[in-house]
Amino acid sequence: MNLWQFILQNRTEILELTLEHLWLVGISTTLAVLIGIPLGIAITRWPALNKPILGGANIIQTIPSLALFGFLLPAPWIGARADRLAILALALYALLPLIRNTYAGIKGVDRAVVEAGRGMGMTDRQLLLQVELPLALGVIIAGVRVATVISVGLATIAAAIGAGGLGEYIFRGLAMVNNQVILAGAIPAAAMALLADVSLGWLEKHLSPQ
Amino acid sequence: MSLPSQSVIEFRNISYRLPDGRELLHDLNLEIQSGETIVLLGRSGSGKTTTLKLINDLLTPSQGDLRVGGRMTREWDPIRLRRHIGYVIQDVGLFPHFTVNRNIALVPKIENWPAARIAQRVQELLQLVGLDPAIASRYPRELSGGQRQRVGVARALAADPPILLMDEPFGALDPITRAELQREFLALQNRLQKTVVFVTHDLREALLLGTRIALLESGRLTTVQTPAEFLTSTEPLTAAYKNAFGTDFETRRQRDRL
Repeated sequence: MNLWQFILQNRTEILELTLEHLWLVGISTTLAVLIGIPLGIAITRWPALNKPILGGANIIQTIPSLALFGFLLPAPWIGARADRLAILALALYALLPLIRNTYAGIKGVDRAVVEAGRGMGMTDRQLLLQVELPLALGVIIAGVRVATVISVGLATIAAAIGAGGLGEYIFRGLAMVNNQVILAGAIPAAAMALLADVSLGWLEKHLSPQ
Repeated sequence: MSLPSQSVIEFRNISYRLPDGRELLHDLNLEIQSGETIVLLGRSGSGKTTTLKLINDLLTPSQGDLRVGGRMTREWDPIRLRRHIGYVIQDVGLFPHFTVNRNIALVPKIENWPAARIAQRVQELLQLVGLDPAIASRYPRELSGGQRQRVGVARALAADPPILLMDEPFGALDPITRAELQREFLALQNRLQKTVVFVTHDLREALLLGTRIALLESGRLTTVQTPAEFLTSTEPLTAAYKNAFGTDFETRRQRDRL
């Protein structure tokens, strides 16, 4: 039986796992965006927070993913269900590129433009919403893109704690020493990562100010 | 000048120090009258721009009293103060993601003018600064340097502020465009009679545009003179400036007579 036949035969399960994978990545990335972008904005306003927040996000990135899943296991409510745990871990990993790119994007806005806006009497809120965020949008989307692509890959490891997703096939294939089974998980995951990369790349290009 | 003179901006014993203690301005005293164009002249690092930014509270004096419109700057709400003052800078600072139209409409918009009044005002301003109304829908990157600078002036004038701060507005332009904009500035100023504080390091520009010239050196105000006084002055720094720029100067008064 070749790979193509194997995939066809198991298409329902593969589709289910793909959707599960998508769900893990979608929810965790959304969560990371909702936390990471405001944190990135916050450290442009309060420079004292810069080191602790970026440092914290950096440290999280250095924890091996399997270990992070393990660390979170005893946490109340979170640890009770594998998918919650996986989502939290994936969101934590996605924070660094989001915080860093939001910060860099806003800091990279032309000083003369910001100074002119402030000098004409724009409030900090108006400057942020009308000038800084629109001009930083391309860089921020680039952060979302990096975070998403990393998440798609990392989410395969979530299967190790029973959270499902395409990692199921990868781990099963490893246990069975069967490359076809591994590829049946790895190929859709890779396709998903590519698709996310291309579509967010398109968005980045079209939302960047010229 | 026919208007009764009245001090619109008043510096009294103003010093400005950086957080690290370096003093950028030392004991500055200066009164700026309504309707005059005062030029802050000096070389890079002399404190011209610092002086300018104190007026619209982008910087806060370390010492002394600064009044704008009779009120201390620290008593003003900084947002209200800045909307009361037009601001033009060398790099223009036009918003690259806004059309010309939206750039000019910026202050009226944040002041919540009705849309019809804003649209009318933008048309007026484009005409005032000599721009074709057809460019209103363009983005700043599609304009020439001179056009961008005109848009910058129009934007600063949008809400009709009584005071205009201009920080080397023509510094980055080619000589022909610069001369053109200087001429237009004089014509505009004759009509509008704003109180203008104009920063430059170019003596010719200072003599041409200023009603008075305040000469700054290393954070200290050395002299305040009319262009005519400046030309005949023997004060050493004034003389050094004149030497550096050669002879054959044209002042605003001479220009007005033409």
